[in-house]
Amino acid sequence: MNKLLTNSIWILIAILGASAVGGIALNRGENINAIWFITAALCVYAIAYRFYAAWIAATVLIVDDTRATPAERLDNGRDFVPTNKWIVFGHHFAAIAGPGPLVGPTLAAQFGYLPGTLWILFGAVLGGCVQDMTMLFLSTRRDAKSLGQMAHDELGPLGGSAALIGTFTIMIILIAVLGLVVVNAMKHSPWAAFTVSATIPIAMAVGVYMRYIRPGQVLEGSLIGVILLLLSVAGGRFIDEHESLRLVFDHEGLTLAWWVMAYGFAAAILPVWLLLAPRDYLSTYMKLGTITLLAVAIIMLQPVVKMPAVTQFIDGTGPIFGGKLFPFVFITIACGAISGFHALIASGTTPKLLSNERDIHMIGYGGMLLESFVAIMAMIAATVLDPGVFFAINSSAGIVGAEAVDAVAKISSWGYPVTVEQMQNLARQMGETTLFARTGGAPSLAVGMASIFGSAFGNGMLALWYHFAIMFEAVFILTTLDAGTRVGRFMLQDMLGNIWPKMGETSWTPSVMLTSALVVSGWGYFLYIGVIDPNGGVNILWPLFGIANQMLAAIALCVATGILIKSGKLKFAWVTGLPLAWLVTITTTAAWQKIASADTRIGFFSAANDLTDKLLAGVLPPAKAAVAPQLIFNLHLDAWLTLFFVSLLWLIVFDMLRVCTRYLSGKPVLPLTESPHCPSRLVEDWVRD
Amino acid sequence: MSGKLKALWRLVRRLSGDDAYEQYLKHYIRHHQADAGHECHPPLSKADFFKQWQDEKWNGIKRCC
Repeated sequence: MNKLLTNSIWILIAILGASAVGGIALNRGENINAIWFITAALCVYAIAYRFYAAWIAATVLIVDDTRATPAERLDNGRDFVPTNKWIVFGHHFAAIAGPGPLVGPTLAAQFGYLPGTLWILFGAVLGGCVQDMTMLFLSTRRDAKSLGQMAHDELGPLGGSAALIGTFTIMIILIAVLGLVVVNAMKHSPWAAFTVSATIPIAMAVGVYMRYIRPGQVLEGSLIGVILLLLSVAGGRFIDEHESLRLVFDHEGLTLAWWVMAYGFAAAILPVWLLLAPRDYLSTYMKLGTITLLAVAIIMLQPVVKMPAVTQFIDGTGPIFGGKLFPFVFITIACGAISGFHALIASGTTPKLLSNERDIHMIGYGGMLLESFVAIMAMIAATVLDPGVFFAINSSAGIVGAEAVDAVAKISSWGYPVTVEQMQNLARQMGETTLFARTGGAPSLAVGMASIFGSAFGNGMLALWYHFAIMFEAVFILTTLDAGTRVGRFMLQDMLGNIWPKMGETSWTPSVMLTSALVVSGWGYFLYIGVIDPNGGVNILWPLFGIANQMLAAIALCVATGILIKSGKLKFAWVTGLPLAWLVTITTTAAWQKIASADTRIGFFSAANDLTDKLLAGVLPPAKAAVAPQLIFNLHLDAWLTLFFVSLLWLIVFDMLRVCTRYLSGKPVLPLTESPHCPSRLVEDWVRD
Repeated sequence: MSGKLKALWRLVRRLSGDDAYEQYLKHYIRHHQADAGHECHPPLSKADFFKQWQDEKWNGIKRCC
């Protein structure tokens, strides 16, 4: 009887999910309620979690709950600590969910709501969640080793170096593109610039409080910080309305970019307790709080999605970034569907807390499902805007024209009507001078969130909601930026330490200064080019980031597939092998188009040649001619970088295939490095309090 | 009800690291007094523990995109 009931419930969920997915997929020409997106997502997640993930855990990975985890065996009360699964889930989710799942779907909405939504749902359940869960499992079985170490031990030195170099380059591109998103959100917006800068002294105050005034009182300190942050959002309005104070915070993109670089450098050399750690507390609370609030608001308000299911821009002519639906929707939405960066958290960091292998299912697979849900909400927030407004905010001046009249005429001619008055009204409501060409995704997401929050919790404070959303995005973008710069510094010190051991000493000041400066100039260069690029920069940097991130995912899946085959599980190798094949396909296609396409909006070389010709013919406006040589150099650099990424990817794929063929034909391969079985002695109710 | 609230509060404290020092003391008592055969260092003070804990926590990739 009970079994019958359970079965009927799952059949109902399956029917509901299929209708919801079918509804959003087949709907044409009519507005559709956002609640269908939520329903489709929850049903797909539930079924995938209950059946696919459970099957992988039980049959493919064969998790063993009698086996002691590294957290239990190596328990030192500090970093290795067996921890309650909900706590681990919280840490894991806070670590993997950054600004990526918010920005990617917003940009990909130019194709309409459908392609992005389907990729977020099915990419996550078949790809991203599987990657995170397998990585977590493999690292747990290997004393919480990192992806790079596992690649080195299981595939060979080539795999190890590829993972290391891949991680370092993706970090540089990631920080640059995130820096650009923040700069674009603060450009000529005194309110946003004030609020974002205020987060720095607030974080420092919290750091001093936790270190010296009340040592270790994390919650007290964070609470004070959160209150100060909210006050700074409100205080921004005062700055914005003040005649002379507003000038102090009203800056060009380039000035702000220099400040962001200076900040990144400072954050990499200052002690962690002063800036990094307290800022991270604040950003984590903001992140979790705002995402919950957004979910509640969407469910309460049930907004109507106004974007069509599919737009004409699937042919590659999109204003936000060039390129056809295939492969670019899969490159643009990395985080939220599948993100290679997660493999770095799932290996090395989270396994040190895991108290039992049976929690891998929930933490690895479930954590990624939640991130995918965040991406769905970002997609909703982008598509509830009038499409005309969405394109007006996200299209750069280089595409639609710098004058408001030209921009609205161009966007309306695409079939997405919008007027200058409408945009001016919206900007006034949001407390901004203009919302035209605010590329990068953050401003349009903030407008979407503000209108959802405004309708759900009262429309009177739109400007406050908007700047709250900007602050929320900026605060954890800056957290990724400073944490990433610091990690980049450590990695570089480690690499240089192989050449000159003194450089490897993480506390030797000349080494700290030099490596921090190198890392900051690495991403600072791309940020600088992005800011001076009249087409907005995001259209170049985001695809590059997507390719790098998918490449890292492919490396992780190569390691996973190689280990599965070496463990004699050839018949299950498709579980990671299929997502790997898909990633290799889209990454290679995208990289090929970015390098070889004759379309100047896609191909780096053709864009460089086009710009060179125009520069020589003297047809460029003076402002653009002045930066053209730098842009041309950068386009060449980007092309070579893309080629480098894709070569690295194929190198590791072949290395994995080499190891697998050797194993299957009975030749010797590197042995499995799984640590021996050691029975768990943790008493159930002690650890699961 | 109050039991659930307490459990939630424990969860929040554990997640944020607010009770990290208490956890450390528990660990210390379990592992250092059980075998009194060797000389033990006394446990760290709260301020010292917090310093080490925070520095260790930030040594590596802790945040993603």
